[in-house]
Amino acid sequence: MAEARAAAASVPPRVTVRVGEEAFDLAAESAALCAGRDDVGGLASFVGICRADDALESLTLEHYPGMTERAIGRIAGEAMARWPLLGCTVVHRVGRLRPGEPIVLVLTAAPHRAAALESCAFLIDWLKTRAPFWKRETGRDGTERWVEARAADDDAAARWDLRGQDLHGQDLRGQDRPGGAGR
Amino acid sequence: MSAMRIVYFAWVRQRVGTAEEEVSPPPEVRDVGGLVRWLSALDERHAAAFANPRLVRAAVNQDFAGPDHPVRPGDEVAFFPPVTGG
Repeated sequence: MAEARAAAASVPPRVTVRVGEEAFDLAAESAALCAGRDDVGGLASFVGICRADDALESLTLEHYPGMTERAIGRIAGEAMARWPLLGCTVVHRVGRLRPGEPIVLVLTAAPHRAAALESCAFLIDWLKTRAPFWKRETGRDGTERWVEARAADDDAAARWDLRGQDLHGQDLRGQDRPGGAGR
Repeated sequence: MSAMRIVYFAWVRQRVGTAEEEVSPPPEVRDVGGLVRWLSALDERHAAAFANPRLVRAAVNQDFAGPDHPVRPGDEVAFFPPVTGG
């Protein structure tokens, strides 16, 4: 028993980041995150789904290949540093998605629930405001519209007190930027 | 050799009319803000893309960058709207 515990405890934390068009499987990703270890006491998940807002036919997501993966990897590292996590998984889809289809998956595994739940919320809040993705809505009448960034998302991200200019998409006004780290 | 690679995303790309281009700004263009001013003066499309600079974000070599961030030949500079993922 003691030997088995020691072996499991030595499994290093797992961080998985994936961006692509393929759908994801919540059960399979959860199993992969916890495979081969018995030190996980809490596994938190968030699945973002394409919601059928007024006459929406589809969403089309684009990203910045390279930068997007790196930006998510960096914030995943931040989550791992802030909470005692045993691993986290972020899968974000791009391309055309219809109402009902999953867009994004965040999984966090920790010995206890608080770290798993808090870090999961942190990751999705950050993703919404700091990872380079852009959504375009196509209406059933064929009209196209870029989704605008929401102040509420900025507020949600700000509660985690993110530090570091390199995490932050500053605007290009030089002189009239507000002081401090917030936007 | 002195060229910079500029990449555009979302509606910034649509307004400029291209996803990427190579440009060779003069040596006075030293930072992101200067590059925005220089690009805006190129033609109406670029001017339209940067008409409201508050709505445009930038990255230099794939890291978010503010207006004071330096730019150099060989850099990859990206311009895009505020992000809307998740």
